[in-house]
Amino acid sequence: MEQLKRLEALTGSIPADQVDDVRESIVGELFKKSRELCAEAVTVTDRERLYRSERLDRIFTSKLWGFPIMLAMLGVIFYLTIAGANVPSSMLSSFFGWIEGYLTAAFEAVHAPDWLHGILILGLFRGTAWVISVMLPPMAIFFPVFALLENYGYLPRVAFNLDRLFKKSGAHGKQSLTMAMGFGCNAAAIMSTRIIESPRERMLAILTNNFVPCNGRWPTLILLASLFMAAGFSGGVQTLVTASVVMGMVLLGIVVTLTVSWTLSKTALKGVPSHYTLELPPYRKPKILNTILRATLDKTIYVLRRAVIVAAPAGVLTWILANIYIGDTSILLHFVQFLDPFAKALGLDGFILMAFIIGLPANEIVLPILLMGYLATGSLTEVENMFALKQIFVDQGWTWLTALNMMLFSLLHYPCGTTLFNIWKETKSFKWTFLSFAIPTAIAILVTFIVAQAARALGWV
Amino acid sequence: MRTYTIALAGNPNTGKSTLFNALTGLKQHTGNWSGKTVSLASGYYEYKNSRFRFIDLPGTYSLFSNSADEEVARDYIVFEKPDVTLLVLDSTALERSLNLALQVLEMTDRVIVCLNLMDEAKKKGIKVDAGKLAQKLGVPVIPISARNNEGLDTLSEQLLLMCTGSIRTTPYRMKYNERLEEEIAKLETELKLIVGDEYPARWLAIRLLDGDRKLIDTLKQKLAASDRGGMIYGAAKALGSTNR
Repeated sequence: MEQLKRLEALTGSIPADQVDDVRESIVGELFKKSRELCAEAVTVTDRERLYRSERLDRIFTSKLWGFPIMLAMLGVIFYLTIAGANVPSSMLSSFFGWIEGYLTAAFEAVHAPDWLHGILILGLFRGTAWVISVMLPPMAIFFPVFALLENYGYLPRVAFNLDRLFKKSGAHGKQSLTMAMGFGCNAAAIMSTRIIESPRERMLAILTNNFVPCNGRWPTLILLASLFMAAGFSGGVQTLVTASVVMGMVLLGIVVTLTVSWTLSKTALKGVPSHYTLELPPYRKPKILNTILRATLDKTIYVLRRAVIVAAPAGVLTWILANIYIGDTSILLHFVQFLDPFAKALGLDGFILMAFIIGLPANEIVLPILLMGYLATGSLTEVENMFALKQIFVDQGWTWLTALNMMLFSLLHYPCGTTLFNIWKETKSFKWTFLSFAIPTAIAILVTFIVAQAARALGWV
Repeated sequence: MRTYTIALAGNPNTGKSTLFNALTGLKQHTGNWSGKTVSLASGYYEYKNSRFRFIDLPGTYSLFSNSADEEVARDYIVFEKPDVTLLVLDSTALERSLNLALQVLEMTDRVIVCLNLMDEAKKKGIKVDAGKLAQKLGVPVIPISARNNEGLDTLSEQLLLMCTGSIRTTPYRMKYNERLEEEIAKLETELKLIVGDEYPARWLAIRLLDGDRKLIDTLKQKLAASDRGGMIYGAAKALGSTNR
């Protein structure tokens, strides 16, 4: 304790009033020395090339071109993802269908009981196969393209462009960076909010991160948009319409992010946005092959593994719930019927709401659970391609409104279990974790309710 | 096999994570924007029968207590005392990078500087004289390009030599104006008596004069902890965050 006392005495002896001067002269000397060293060790042979980044920035962050270029890039990414994913998706699903045929034959050959075939093939295998064939292709395109843009240095320019919008809604400009991370995975984006120093603004970023669709929700959005919104078109136009609808969803998500940030910063999280410096790094030509490989291997496989790990047990659970009967109805159907009236008011149905609820651990499995739910009710169709899939939905009474509201609900509803867990870990607050669940859920319910009621009142469905 | 600890420090977006990945074979997320690494990641790398444990510190512009990132990076260098602090500088923006380098040189003798992004500097027509810089800074300076795996062998060799004590450094220490130097000298003698050789007394003196409350608090914790017989106590809390 001796040392401590002496340190205490020593710090007490330092006059506090000259601190500002000290910092100033320290920083001044540091800068002077750095410049001196640079003058001695660095020679620049080509001044012209140094300013190339600046010239590019004048275009990418210009008031006139900044937003159009940003939207165009986003549009191109979606178009590539959707156009490129269609063919491999249906190839994968027919491949799995082919395997399923053999597996079923094998089960019959050894006279395996029906329930075992049900659990393993119709539950586990089919669920997993669906997740892989629907999710893998778009992810294998989206992540590498996004990573290329990120390594090129475009993300900080997006932050720069969006800065004013975020400031106006009382949030931190860096929130656009954490938002961009959310496109990949909301759970990881919650961690990335650490770059925001002010706790108030960080909380805004955490609470609103969920409004950008993560990889688990892209497939749902893309699939429903292409099946229901772009159904009247064909070929390239169809892809274009699908991409536009998906982009509309993303833009809506951003609008909701800004609105919620604004509302919160005027109420529960009052305060003025803090200043910060945003560094615009030089544009760097990414190592293209390396980036593509990394993004594919790391992100895609990681996401997929997670999907399969969660999807497989969920598939089994759904199958079991659908096949254990109380009275003459299965547990699943009891649950669905219970949810149905409320879901109908939102333009959904009981199955969809059930899928969202069972899908809490991971958004990836919402669609597979929904399909398993539908298929378990008896209309056991062999699903060979995307458009056979549409028939299943239509048979269950789907209209474009059902599809639209499911997309809206998926975009706006509560974060997945992993994200909620991360929010709790980062905030250590039960209250904020609960709010980050409750706010999106309330918004999702409200928006889908209004859309459904309006569409019905206007006689559109 | 001995394990040596190497801390990677540097400005944001100078390629620390890229170097980290290149050496450890791990897959930290990399990207061209500031603030990407928000927590400490660590990974292992074996070279000539030695093991290096790399710590990817968050990128910072300075090591004053401006934000949580800066504190994490600074506390690690001073209180955890890695065998080598590897400074990753951006060859295309050397002036800004050197600013941080000079601050680190005040904190520890065990520093190796690597000039990253040499390939890009070359493309931009920027030439950096590594020898001259090494002579001025008093520590090894190694040009590398982490993303092209260039210069990593030389770097590994130097790391090993420094860890085994075969390299002596004479790091450049900042000189301030006369009045400040006088006060620093006074405090330094006092502090030497209190902390001994455990922590860099001159640097602590400067921080005290700068009125760095947070550092003083951390230092008190450390001193109190060593009284109870454990240096590590308290560190785990400040550095508790890891990736996943």
